[in-house]
Amino acid sequence: MTPVLKHELRAHFHTLSTWLFMAFLLAFVGIGAMLYNIQAAVANFEYVLQFVCIGLVVIIPVLTMRVFAEEKKQKTDQLLYALPLRTSGIVLGKYLALLVIFLIPTAIIAVYPLVFSKYGDVFLLTSYGSMLAFFIMGAALISVGLFISTLTENQGFAAGIAIVVFLLNYYSVRLSEYVSKGAVGSVIALSVLLLALTALIYILTKSSNLAIGVLCVGAVLLAAVWRFNRGLFENLLPTIMSKLSFFDRFYVFVNGVFDIGSIVFYLTVIVFFLFLSVQSLEKRRYN
Amino acid sequence: MIKVEHLKKYYGDFLAVNDLSFEIGEGAVYGFLGPNGAGKSTTMNIITGCLSPTEGKVTVSGYDILEEPIRAKRMIGYLPEHPPLYQQETPVEYLRFVGQAKGLRGEKLEKAIESVIELTGIQSVSGRLISALSKGYQQRVGIAQALLGDPEVIILDEPTVGLDPIQIIEIRDLIKKLGENHTVIFSSHILSEVQTICEKVLIIAKGELIAFDTPENLEKIEQEKCAVHLTVLGGPEETVQALSEFFGEESGRYSIDDSASEEPSDTTKVRIQTDGGDTKALCRDLFFHFAAKNLALTEMTTERASLEKIFVELTEQSAEREVEKK
Repeated sequence: MTPVLKHELRAHFHTLSTWLFMAFLLAFVGIGAMLYNIQAAVANFEYVLQFVCIGLVVIIPVLTMRVFAEEKKQKTDQLLYALPLRTSGIVLGKYLALLVIFLIPTAIIAVYPLVFSKYGDVFLLTSYGSMLAFFIMGAALISVGLFISTLTENQGFAAGIAIVVFLLNYYSVRLSEYVSKGAVGSVIALSVLLLALTALIYILTKSSNLAIGVLCVGAVLLAAVWRFNRGLFENLLPTIMSKLSFFDRFYVFVNGVFDIGSIVFYLTVIVFFLFLSVQSLEKRRYN
Repeated sequence: MIKVEHLKKYYGDFLAVNDLSFEIGEGAVYGFLGPNGAGKSTTMNIITGCLSPTEGKVTVSGYDILEEPIRAKRMIGYLPEHPPLYQQETPVEYLRFVGQAKGLRGEKLEKAIESVIELTGIQSVSGRLISALSKGYQQRVGIAQALLGDPEVIILDEPTVGLDPIQIIEIRDLIKKLGENHTVIFSSHILSEVQTICEKVLIIAKGELIAFDTPENLEKIEQEKCAVHLTVLGGPEETVQALSEFFGEESGRYSIDDSASEEPSDTTKVRIQTDGGDTKALCRDLFFHFAAKNLALTEMTTERASLEKIFVELTEQSAEREVEKK
């Protein structure tokens, strides 16, 4: 893991997209701080972080797109497979390198509230609490971007898919108001999700038995709940959509609540997508 | 050292490697020979753990490549078909990463890097970006990477491709030298290359092992497949007459080559199959026989069997054996 981490960090500093990521993140925070803290004279730095969220949707894919796609394109993934390294170590090393890159601008951002506190009363606790949540949310987004990068050898494609996924997630709460609240709508949506999950499992594992198994279990569960407790489906889809929103969970921190549940959610997402990335890389060996 | 048992690999429906089994001992140079698409790279990728077999097992020094990959991979240095180079790094930076990944640290690492740079002769370019290097130097950096850490087994997939003739000779010498205290496996589709530096040759075609032999034995097969071409100044009738006198009952040995019959000519072309004996003696006897018949030979060439012909021959043999088994 350590050799990959060191190597990846050095590679990041030789890559334009990494510098762009840091520059844009700092620029967004600077603009936010000017608008909220200086012009509007609000003493809450967390609003600036909320303002930056939409920026993350674009700049995190720019950071993560090359991580595995580039290896595949340059055929250096073969070197990683041939070296005495564990796949999990490779993924973890690359992920930690990304976190270090994300930490650098975050450390600079961390100076803002201190500077502002010289000139007025800044709520440092909520500022830094939100900043921690902001970092962990970013880490979760990075893990998703990392996974998408393992799926293709085309960096642009990796970035494009990640931006679409993040945008859907960003607007999922607003979209959830328009989706069907009824039981039938939820069942249909869940069925589609189930099919998508089956397809994903099949693509990742190439095991048709496993995919069909998951499909059958899911279908039986759906049918059973439909038969015995139809009420459970009421309003289910909008609830799921807003629960899965990374950004909606972050706004709770902005409003001054340090929600441990959401931290656990972010960490779970990170573990899940790192696991998927390892599987995706392992699967390439079976091609 | 390396044991391959009943290896099978499917790409979708395509069978790339079919029931391949062989065992490779210690400290020798092994040549891995096969035409394009024979499954050489696939087999090498499986041995090094870059690819998973559909069926079968590979062990390196007793360590299963799938069950104890880290231990097995520590024994192997591998140069894939496309040298896996990070273009935006210098060879030294690149080798430092590979060395660290192979578990080398500190002074030991620096020394190892220095020694492989010297071995592969890339001192002059070690500070330049890999993307700016020529194909030959890139190939050498790839070889340096495989040699780093002094692994017991060195596997090189077509290491001489893209090199100029002098570099090819240098790399061949290097491989010979490495073979003194390492097990070296390298693949090639050039028969002469394999013959000059290998102690044992594995030939695979269509994913199957069709020969595992010393180069000397392969040469015998090669000689049997030789042919002598004659151009006789004279008509076909006289030529056939002379040939039938020369060969007696073995009339299947010669054939009249009439592919060039469009142009009116006073010459006849003949192709004579050798029987594995001394080709030079055959040529001499033919020469004097035709001279005695008052027929002039305007051209006499010997055709060495190409690798493709040997493949065809060996695959036909293995196909016949299959049929016999059934």
